[in-house]
Amino acid sequence: MSDVTADAGPSGPLLAADGTPLKKKLAQTTRQAKIRALLLTAPLVVFLLAGFVFPIGQMLWRSIHNPAFSDVLPNLAVALKTWDGGGVPGEDIFEIAVADLKQSREDRSIGRAATRVNYELPGSRSLFTSTARKVNKIDGPPYKEKLIELDKDWDDPVLWSILKRVSNDYTASFYLSAVDRKYDVNGNIVSEAEVQQIYVKLFMRTFWMSALITFLCFLLAFPVSYLLSVLPLRTSNLLMILVLLPFWTSLLVRTTAWIAMLQSEGVVNDILVTTGLVGDENRAQLIYNQTGTIIAMTHILLPFMILPLYSVMKTIPPSYMRAARSLGANSLTAFRRVYFPQTVPGIAAGTLLVFILSIGFYITPALVGGQDGQMISNLIAFHMQSSLNWSLAAALGGILLASVLILYWLYNKLVGVDNLKFG
Amino acid sequence: MKLPEYASPLERVWHYTYLFICASIFLFLIAPIIIIIPLSFNAEPYFTFTKGMLNFDPEAFSFRWYADIVRNGMAAPDAVMDSNWWADMWNNAQWIRAMRNSFFVAICATILATALGTLAALGLSRPEMPFRSAITSLLISPMIVPLVITATGMFFFYSDVGLAKTYLGIILAHTTLGIPFVIITVTATLVGFDRSLIRASQSLGADGWTTFRKVIMPLILPGMISGALFAFVTSLDEIVTVLFLADVEQRTIPRQMWSGIREQISPTILAVATILVAISIFLLTTVELLRRRSERLRGMTAR
Repeated sequence: MSDVTADAGPSGPLLAADGTPLKKKLAQTTRQAKIRALLLTAPLVVFLLAGFVFPIGQMLWRSIHNPAFSDVLPNLAVALKTWDGGGVPGEDIFEIAVADLKQSREDRSIGRAATRVNYELPGSRSLFTSTARKVNKIDGPPYKEKLIELDKDWDDPVLWSILKRVSNDYTASFYLSAVDRKYDVNGNIVSEAEVQQIYVKLFMRTFWMSALITFLCFLLAFPVSYLLSVLPLRTSNLLMILVLLPFWTSLLVRTTAWIAMLQSEGVVNDILVTTGLVGDENRAQLIYNQTGTIIAMTHILLPFMILPLYSVMKTIPPSYMRAARSLGANSLTAFRRVYFPQTVPGIAAGTLLVFILSIGFYITPALVGGQDGQMISNLIAFHMQSSLNWSLAAALGGILLASVLILYWLYNKLVGVDNLKFG
Repeated sequence: MKLPEYASPLERVWHYTYLFICASIFLFLIAPIIIIIPLSFNAEPYFTFTKGMLNFDPEAFSFRWYADIVRNGMAAPDAVMDSNWWADMWNNAQWIRAMRNSFFVAICATILATALGTLAALGLSRPEMPFRSAITSLLISPMIVPLVITATGMFFFYSDVGLAKTYLGIILAHTTLGIPFVIITVTATLVGFDRSLIRASQSLGADGWTTFRKVIMPLILPGMISGALFAFVTSLDEIVTVLFLADVEQRTIPRQMWSGIREQISPTILAVATILVAISIFLLTTVELLRRRSERLRGMTAR
């Protein structure tokens, strides 16, 4: 290699071996290295974008986009969009409605549209199904008169204003339902009736239970992590197995174990009865309710709190506490002023992680939660699998996902995802 | 942890109270897992200790629930134990079927997750990696996003592309969920990785693949294996996506336990749980040994 770079005097730019300016060459090499690094991650990034991010996005899309009405009654939906609203529409729209209803009867598809309208106007489902059954009797004009003759509900201006609303595929009403609100007849947002307000309460309960579980985990994890961090390595490695074994044990095994422990004929109650703390006839109801969910979830999530706390505490030199003591602080002050502040990063990491994981819990509440131990995930699964109101499930999921992502972003800011470690 | 010489009486009392508190917390952690082991040998169909068990009466213990794992669902469980009996068990016993499904799915998902995850972790740990934190957040997110949301999204998407109710669908779902664990463990191994080893290997004339096989791979192998085991356990334990995506055909162990707990609770579940605990202990030991080996390899001796 002729030493071009060294020969270039102060007058000319520094050149690389092939004659390009060194600056440009460096930029080129850096870019190539960047691209090589990106290419290594590319397969996985593509896999996750296609198989994870896109499906979730597609699912969330359903929460604002529900074309059930315009799929089943397409011409009516188009006609209603241009209709000016207010009162009951005229003969022309009724003619289209009858034609579409006849078609839907042939396709046996009216159920979907009826369900969609029923979300907005409870009780209107039968109007559609029964009209579709009888609509073939109408063989000519006047359509409006004959349809109203079949069912006088077709003369209801409220029904038509709602039909106009659902003729639009895009809707915010599922998000409104998810926060116990709805549109009234005039399109204003109002609260649901008191007895139907369940979702906000459930969100609050989910957050409240998660906060309690996180706090309990913190209370239990702190002393144990401290002990593990000050013991000699040989002992602490041994004790660490007691933390890691639950971590490695199947979630369902642990949940089953808690059923065996806590049920009314279970181990805990037997011990309480044998020791005479509780009478045989009033055994404590510890499972299939909120208490059961909280106990089992605390147990399941405890290792996620202990591991980050332990890894931070391990790095705090014991000499700091000794120094504080020698400077005259009593043990409480030394702990409060010197030791505790240094554990805060570990607390932040553990608390956020446990909270994030617990607000999305599904299996444990479903198995041991009974009535009052259910969380928001259970309701999403219910709307997915039983009530089949997928748009509402998507809206509830959207709110849950947004909360989780905010916390995840916070975790990333405060702790950094690359500091996540197990064992 | 020793009590210092200058400790006051109050501190002494606190010290022993503290040790007691810690012991109770360890008991809380481990008791539920230990308790199911003796319960699974119950001779009666109960979930609790019988009088006989507490008196260590050998009559009160039995292997009947372990036998039930094998026999449940068989066409002729009481037939002579010839090759037909074994074929019957292999093909018809519900739990055996679930175990075969679980292991098949878990092994495939582990291979996929480890291959993709290791490759990505190698990229992420390069100093010149652009958008590192954004990409890391994306790759870790399957662990953070609530499983119900992941499963719901996959349910719609996989139904559209025809992967729902297939083995491949479940394998891909479990790969997604296992990836964060591989990324985390392999990047952790790569933190202490001396990059000049790569340059040394290259200057000695090795191409990229040889460098990976002869230099990088032996050093990150412990991390890769730990990551693979994490991914394996995640898949073995996963139930939510199975609930949404699988058909009866693809029932896994957790899915079988789920219906067992909800429909006909019997100590068979405890017997299965005991077997799973044994598997966990084995995997945990392996990972611990690997972690120590990796620390030794990187010259980070235990303090």
